[in-house]
Amino acid sequence: MTAWSSPAIWAAIGLIGLCTFAIRLSFIYLFGQIDTVPDRVEHVLRYVPAAVLAALVIPAVITIQPTIEATLVDDRVAAAIIAGAVAWRTEDVFATIALGMGTLWAIRFGPSLLGL
Amino acid sequence: MDRRFPHPDLLDGIRVSGPILLGIIPFAMVAGISAANAGMTVIEAVGMSVFVFAGASQLAAIDLIDSNAPFAVVVVTAVIINVRMLMYSASIAPYFQALSTRVRALLAYVLTDQAYAMSVAEYERKPERSRLWYYSGIGFTLWIVWQIGTFVGAVVGAGVPEALGLEFALPLVFLALLVPAMKDRGTTTAAIVAGAVALGAAVAGVPLSLDLPIAAVCGILAGIAIDAWGNI
Repeated sequence: MTAWSSPAIWAAIGLIGLCTFAIRLSFIYLFGQIDTVPDRVEHVLRYVPAAVLAALVIPAVITIQPTIEATLVDDRVAAAIIAGAVAWRTEDVFATIALGMGTLWAIRFGPSLLGL
Repeated sequence: MDRRFPHPDLLDGIRVSGPILLGIIPFAMVAGISAANAGMTVIEAVGMSVFVFAGASQLAAIDLIDSNAPFAVVVVTAVIINVRMLMYSASIAPYFQALSTRVRALLAYVLTDQAYAMSVAEYERKPERSRLWYYSGIGFTLWIVWQIGTFVGAVVGAGVPEALGLEFALPLVFLALLVPAMKDRGTTTAAIVAGAVALGAAVAGVPLSLDLPIAAVCGILAGIAIDAWGNI
C-alpha cells in the first residue's frame, strides 16, 4: 500500500505521460517537417522491425535455466516452435496465435484432462 | 483520397486487432488490479492508462509507487522503459509523412509495440493500404480496450486465471510478424543478434528495461555490418 498522496500520484502520471508522448511523437513529428527521409537513415531503419521484434520475442519465450535441457524442454519453447513454423508457412497472425496457444494449453492441461 | 466512412482499411485494422486483444485484455486487467492493490483509486488507475497508455511502464510505475519509491525514480524508470518507442517512431515516421501535424500527433499518441509492428508489416506487404486508417483501426481499438480493461481490473479486482498464460499471446503476435520481417541476410542477422543479446541481457539482469533498446541497436548494427561486408 502506497503512502503517496493523490497529487503526487497525478503529478507522476502527468510527467510520465508527457515524456512518453514526446518519445512517441519525436520522429513522427520530425520526418513530417522534412521532404524526404535521408537515404542513410532509411537504410538503418529497414533493420528496425526484425531487430525489435526478435528482442521482444526471444526473452518472452526462453528462460535460461542451469542446463540446456531444462532451458529447451519448456511448454513456451515448444509452443513458439510450432507457432514459428505456422508463421513461416501462412504469415497469418491469427493462425500463429491459435496454434501457438493451442500447443501451450495442450502441453499444460492435456495430460490432466486425459487423466494421465 | 478515399472519403468513404468508415474507410475499409479502418475496418480491416479493427479486424486484425482481434487476436491481439487476447493478450491485451489480461494485461490491461493486471494493470488495473495492481493499481488498486497499490492503493490507487479507480480514477487514478484509469487516468494512468489514459495519459501513459504503455503497459510495461505503467506496471513498473505502479510497483514503485506501491513500495514508496522516490518520485524521480518512478518517473525516470517509467520513461526509460518507453525509450524503445523512439525506434518505432523513427521506423513508422516515413509512412506518416504526408499527414498533417495534428493527425500525426494523434497517431503518435496511440503508438504501441503492436500497432507499430502490425502496421509496418502490412504497409510492406500492401503498399496501397491507407496509412492513416489501417493504423488507426489497430491503435484506437487497442486504446479503447486498454482503458476498459484497466477500469474492470481496478473495479472488480479479479483477473483471468494465470495458468492460462494468455499473456503469451503477445510474443506470439510479434513472432508472427518477425518471421516475414526476416526477409534477407541483413534483416535475419539483425534478428538473430538482437534476440541473442536480449536473452543475454535478461540473464545478466540489465536494469530499467534497457535490454530492449540495447539488443535492438546491436541487432541493427550487426545487420548493417553484414550487408556492408557483402558489398566489399
